[in-house]
Amino acid sequence: MGLLYGLIAVGLALIFGLMDVTNFAHGEFLMLAMYLSFFLFAFFAIDPLLSAPLVAAALFVFGAVIYLLIVRFAMRAKANAGMVQIFTTFGLAIVMRGLAQFFFTPDYRSIPQSWLGGKTISVAGIFLPEPQLVGALVSILAFVGLYFFIHRTDFGRAIEATREDPGAVALVGIDKNRVFAFGWGLGAALVGLAGAIMAVFFYIYPDVGASFALIAYVTVALGGFGSVFGAFAGGIIVGLVEAVTALVLPPSLKSVGIYAVYLLVVFIRPRGLFGSM
Amino acid sequence: MDKNFAARRRRDLIIAAGLAGLAALAPLFVKDVYVQNILILTLMYAALSQSWNILSGYCGQISLGHALYFGIGAYTTELLFTKFGVLPWFGMLGGGVIAALIAMGLGYPFFRLRGHYFVIATIVIAEIGLLLFQNWEWAGAAMGITIPIRGDSWLKFQFLRTKLPYFYFALALCCLAWFVTWWLEDSKWGFWWRAVKDNPEAAESLGVVVFNSKMGAAAVSAFLVAIGGAFYAQFLAYIDPESVMGFQFSLLMALPAVLGGIGTLWGPVLGAAILIPMTELTRSYIGGSGRGVDLIVYGTLIVLISLALPQGLVSLFSRAKTKGATR
Amino acid sequence: MSALLETRGVWQRFGGLIANSDVSISVGRGEIVGLIGPNGAGKSTLFNLIAGVLPPTQGSIRFDGEDVTHMPAAERCQRGIGRTFQVVKSFETMTVIDNVIVGALVRNTVMREARRKAHEVLEFTGLAARADVLASDLVPAEKRRLEVARALATEPKLLLLDEVLTGLTPTEAQTGVALVRKVRDAGITVLMVEHVMEIVMPLVDRAIVLDLGKVLVEGKPADVVRDPKVIKAYLGDRHAVGA
Repeated sequence: MGLLYGLIAVGLALIFGLMDVTNFAHGEFLMLAMYLSFFLFAFFAIDPLLSAPLVAAALFVFGAVIYLLIVRFAMRAKANAGMVQIFTTFGLAIVMRGLAQFFFTPDYRSIPQSWLGGKTISVAGIFLPEPQLVGALVSILAFVGLYFFIHRTDFGRAIEATREDPGAVALVGIDKNRVFAFGWGLGAALVGLAGAIMAVFFYIYPDVGASFALIAYVTVALGGFGSVFGAFAGGIIVGLVEAVTALVLPPSLKSVGIYAVYLLVVFIRPRGLFGSM
Repeated sequence: MDKNFAARRRRDLIIAAGLAGLAALAPLFVKDVYVQNILILTLMYAALSQSWNILSGYCGQISLGHALYFGIGAYTTELLFTKFGVLPWFGMLGGGVIAALIAMGLGYPFFRLRGHYFVIATIVIAEIGLLLFQNWEWAGAAMGITIPIRGDSWLKFQFLRTKLPYFYFALALCCLAWFVTWWLEDSKWGFWWRAVKDNPEAAESLGVVVFNSKMGAAAVSAFLVAIGGAFYAQFLAYIDPESVMGFQFSLLMALPAVLGGIGTLWGPVLGAAILIPMTELTRSYIGGSGRGVDLIVYGTLIVLISLALPQGLVSLFSRAKTKGATR
Repeated sequence: MSALLETRGVWQRFGGLIANSDVSISVGRGEIVGLIGPNGAGKSTLFNLIAGVLPPTQGSIRFDGEDVTHMPAAERCQRGIGRTFQVVKSFETMTVIDNVIVGALVRNTVMREARRKAHEVLEFTGLAARADVLASDLVPAEKRRLEVARALATEPKLLLLDEVLTGLTPTEAQTGVALVRKVRDAGITVLMVEHVMEIVMPLVDRAIVLDLGKVLVEGKPADVVRDPKVIKAYLGDRHAVGA
């Protein structure tokens, strides 16, 4: 579970860290990905595991388009830039929820039969649910891929450089908007990947994103804004804390542990564990 | 120059008095209970947003966790009333004081945080509060508290047959929050807050104790919001954690101020006057289908307003004013 | 009479980096003292230690007969230390007069008096005509002057000026120099950090040259500029030998 949080959070961290923009619609991106995965399964009988790359690709386009259509303008606001971003993305989240209700109805849906659903695997005598295990594997792969992408390719470096100094980057002829659109796309694609896998073992409904969004923010902040690695580490910590809390406290209180750890961490390190900002 | 300034402050006060007078007469013309309901909610959110604006708008500490203080106000009042028979009026004050104390207690660790870290911490603390109340058996847990109704009474601040007392209380609260803001705006605190928002380091060098300024703003803001929470609890005559401490309240307190003009005297009132009726009307007229059209319309409007008027609706007025001046 | 400001054996380390080592300086009442030195000499660090942004690693700072080594900045302002920032830090969303009122509130709790004081200071600094303009709409030279005005409104005994004359046009710099003189004539002691020697030397009564975190030379400006150690620090060895 922690690795999946990590994946959601890495997507958010990319957007956060890259552009210092708060995306309050991140949970809704996740919701969209889960629905896509569901419909691909329902209409074309494509297993979520196979459709995950498709979903990620679709989310990539979606994220980039959202950036170009809306966020770009929100970032240009001269006054109250922070608030404008919070509330435009928040408005976007509401619109997406509304659209989901409109097209998909508020019903709870789930993917009944998939290759992974419900199976467990026994590793050294410990039974692990298979979907979660695959989710963890995919998350690790995606993270490794992202790491190489950022550090080993020109475009990855362009993103990194734009984050550090947008002005200088413009001088060497890199188009800021293209880089940012790409960053949004990439962030959305990662969420798409997470959503596709989570569609296997979570109910899908229009408000599903909201329940994960706050955890995602906490995860990113825990790791420290601007640190992609931190977000991933944060995800693992959050997953662990959740598991431990579940043992000690009643299930209805399981998030309290995560929140408490967040507060504890930022009180000691006001910029998160690996934050540089 | 000084005369201009004094004149502007007097003008603000006169306009506010005029608007309050007009609002007080509204029930003479509005007999429809549904519309009265919307008016009450609008006034309440205007008051809440005005209070939120003190900490987040003037002092620049963006809180998205004010639902905590709202809930504390509501719960203090109702727990004192149902468990100990304390009249809501005292509960209300008690709730305000407790909220202010909690805000200051939280201030110690919280005000060291900046930017997103602070915002997320405020969301998180409100969520913790919500979860704790949901699991607190003595306080009714997730089932909440139903307030026993014994007929109309000012003493117990409960009314079945008419909504007018609630209306006038909400109006009074709104006036109070506005007046407090108006008064603080031209005080040492008001100046300190704006200085802290713009540049804490420079403020410190000019003798502003940044930490105390934030604490003051947090206390005033939490106190007023808790009074609002107490009012809301009496108005509904029933509370549960989600309906007085949910995240949506934090947003509904922030939104009017942001749309109207954050950190301005008139922003919250203006924003609430437009946003709350819009919320209620879209919900009841197009939300009936249950298909989320209301959300689509509502969300789109929020996106458009925040993109088109980053300084809020208030900026429309001031722009018109400068144009008038150059002519 | 004892000095207004005195630092004794002040050290400041940032990790392995030593920004100030064993700095002892004093500023007498009514003086204009220039704190100069090449880039990275530790001027800004010393300045921040005096203003109270951070406490020194070692050593003590006395102001007006009182130990202020560990006093926070806001309290030092109340005791009478006013400062400006090298990178201008105006309250951008507030008007010029409101910026200055923030400073004036230190000694005037009644708003009307603070406002009157602020107007006085704007008059004094030549910003009166811009009182109702937003600070963000000022030109850079005006912002510098606003910094000075804000600090003056706190009615300091000692005014710390951090490169207020740097980066100005010659005319603007002349106006600035005149303003500093006027401030001193009003009975306020001035300690100013400047990088460019030409501007400050004619203005100051005494110059303290820092280099590599230490006090290199201290004395009358005319003597300081001729000191071979100073020339060497500023221009490098070759020029010193050539001269």
